[in-house]
Amino acid sequence: MGLLKFLKEKFTKKKENTSEVTEEVIEEEKVEERYQAGLDKSRNGFTERLKKLAIRTKKIDTSYFDELERILIEADVGVDLSLELVKETYDESKERGLDNPEEINDLLVDKMFIGYANEGGSFQTELKRAQEGPTIIFICGVNGSGKTTTVAKLAKKYKDRGDKVLLVAADTFRAGAIEQLEFWANKVGVDIISKANSDPSSLCYDAIKKAQNENYDIVFIDTAGRLQNKVSLMDELRKIVRVIQKLLPSAPQESLLVLDANTGQNGIDQAKIFKEAVNLSGIIITKMDGTSKGGIILAIRKELNLPVRYIGLGEKMEDLEEFDLEKYLYALLVDSKEE
Amino acid sequence: MAFEALSDRLGRLFKKIRGQATLTERNMDDMFQEVRKALLEADVNYEVVSQFIAEVKEEAIGEKVLDKVSPGDMVVKIVHDKMEDLLGSGDNDICFRMDGKPTVIMMVGLQGTGKTTSAAKLAQLFEKKNHKKVLLGALDVYRPAAIEQLKNLGLKCEPQVETFISDNKDVPSIASSAYLKACEEKYDILILDTAGRLEIDERLMDELKAIQEVVSVDETLLTVDAMVGQNATNVALSFASQIKVTGLVMTKLDGDSRGGAALSIKRLTGLPIKYAGVGEKMNDLENFHPDRMADRILGMGDIVSLVEEMQEKIDEKQAEKTSRRMMNGQFDLTDMLSIMKQMNKLGPLGKIMKMVPGAPNLNDEQVEQASYALKRTEVIINSMTRDERRKPEMIKSSRKIRIANGSGTTPKEVTKVIESYLTMSKQLKQMRSNPMMLRRMIRK
Repeated sequence: MGLLKFLKEKFTKKKENTSEVTEEVIEEEKVEERYQAGLDKSRNGFTERLKKLAIRTKKIDTSYFDELERILIEADVGVDLSLELVKETYDESKERGLDNPEEINDLLVDKMFIGYANEGGSFQTELKRAQEGPTIIFICGVNGSGKTTTVAKLAKKYKDRGDKVLLVAADTFRAGAIEQLEFWANKVGVDIISKANSDPSSLCYDAIKKAQNENYDIVFIDTAGRLQNKVSLMDELRKIVRVIQKLLPSAPQESLLVLDANTGQNGIDQAKIFKEAVNLSGIIITKMDGTSKGGIILAIRKELNLPVRYIGLGEKMEDLEEFDLEKYLYALLVDSKEE
Repeated sequence: MAFEALSDRLGRLFKKIRGQATLTERNMDDMFQEVRKALLEADVNYEVVSQFIAEVKEEAIGEKVLDKVSPGDMVVKIVHDKMEDLLGSGDNDICFRMDGKPTVIMMVGLQGTGKTTSAAKLAQLFEKKNHKKVLLGALDVYRPAAIEQLKNLGLKCEPQVETFISDNKDVPSIASSAYLKACEEKYDILILDTAGRLEIDERLMDELKAIQEVVSVDETLLTVDAMVGQNATNVALSFASQIKVTGLVMTKLDGDSRGGAALSIKRLTGLPIKYAGVGEKMNDLENFHPDRMADRILGMGDIVSLVEEMQEKIDEKQAEKTSRRMMNGQFDLTDMLSIMKQMNKLGPLGKIMKMVPGAPNLNDEQVEQASYALKRTEVIINSMTRDERRKPEMIKSSRKIRIANGSGTTPKEVTKVIESYLTMSKQLKQMRSNPMMLRRMIRK
């Protein structure tokens, strides 16, 4: 069964089966709506283009597959992966004698995301927690990817779940970064530790001491943005992690790379080099509502086996969602208003 | 590295072609496949790549009849010229108003592309290079601490730049108050830093239109992140269709993305790229030179940019003397030391190496190592006598030992310094005889 059919059945069946309206159901629907709204542009840019291509195609020939390749490349999936996906689709459709463009499109979508799902690794969306003592979540990324805002959104999520949250303003370099995080800490109502012009490692050391002494449940470390080709800044990140591990050998429980959905092929480099430096456990993709692209997550998943853990679907505090592949795909591929 | 940089890849390709006697249909096809792939991996827009390849191919085939020039060089030249074409031509400095009123520049762009930082860096550039009095206007009332960020960056400028801040939350009226202040206090330039926004955000787009209505904005600059993917042209086209945009600022060009967006945006929107952000320091914003950028993308180095930057930051007399000596092939250890010292003032070595022809292949680790070696070299040269610096040939073993002792290094390291001096002066000679380089130097 094709992925699309599976998803449609799953999501419509679920609605039919749930007769009673509990809070959980309402919350679940809200999440689905946020996915729908946040992926509006992607749906138009990707799924609608596939559909239009299918409609205007009378006969399947190699130029059809060239067009598929173009759609993938223009979604930032990357040249190599695009070529590979299209070739697999071509071979299989030849083998099965498919001549209906819609079937071929479905096949392509299957290839794209079954690959993503089969890449292995856990599908847990919740952040990993420390067995005892504070959980340390390490947030890093290039300049302007949205780290500070993401930390604020994560803080709110975990505070709402009843955790005692500490934010660490480890971006001691950028003008206004500390004030920005302080603003959010106040707004969300969580504690923050900061020290202007200090060494981020020593600040993190203090933060972890504080978290241990005052029984914080979860600590989010907001590091300064850095381009991955700056060796000394990447060393600084390594040093922060080393310092953290002096106090808590199994920390950080998660190291997450914040990646702007507008990023092109440089995203692979970002993921690779940050992974080498701080052993990333996943990606947070931000600003997804602003772009029809974001195909880079497929390439990153394939090359580096890094899953997306959170997805930023809008500017509001609650618009950062745990990444749920099925919801993501359903919103990407199906316009719920039409169904 | 997941992908080779465009310059490395093309560099290798051209080497492959250079070795061949004739330009056949087949080896050209191979090459254009690779060029296409390289451009796509550099995030150049799909459509632009197709057009580019088609055009270059056509020109290359047309010129095949010439047999005096080596086919490889010919293709290099065609690709290079085409790239230059695509990037636009000529310098794109901002025209300042001559009527006594302040020139108003408005920064717009998506979140996180670097508007605030670029606004402050522009202020620094105009203060330092054009000797203008600049006022910054903080109009990003939405992002927490955006105003503090701008203000602090203004204070980091040399000389310090003042930021206009208002408690008012109505953005157009802050803009007009800032303009009023700029007029009354005789500022030459007002730079307005607006909030980051998605191009689909109607409310915020209307706000930009309203600013343009209440203040006569002379330049509206869209900041574009060099790392952006295929979305770049959509964003630029969309902004330009809704408000009047006069140019672009490419940011984060100090990253390792090749900035394919620069190529595509220029081609598809016609908007000139005016400035380039090349580092984290306040001085790290330069005029964008499309022709030089083409050189850089193709791995041909950017000596002109380097010379210009050096002149700005260092003792001009010394620089002139050194570069004249460099170009004449009279180049001794004192010159080498002076260049090194000047380089230290210029900031990270990596940035400079990218601009020096013949040295585009260093990776970042090597650059870091080189940075360390630079310091060692300095102590060694400082431990030489004046004569030794002028005529390094005279340094034989006993002198080496003396210099090593004096500088706390080893004779082996001293030998290395002398060797690298010899290589460098040899390279300079080669550089002078490189026709492509000479052509560029003469044209400037």
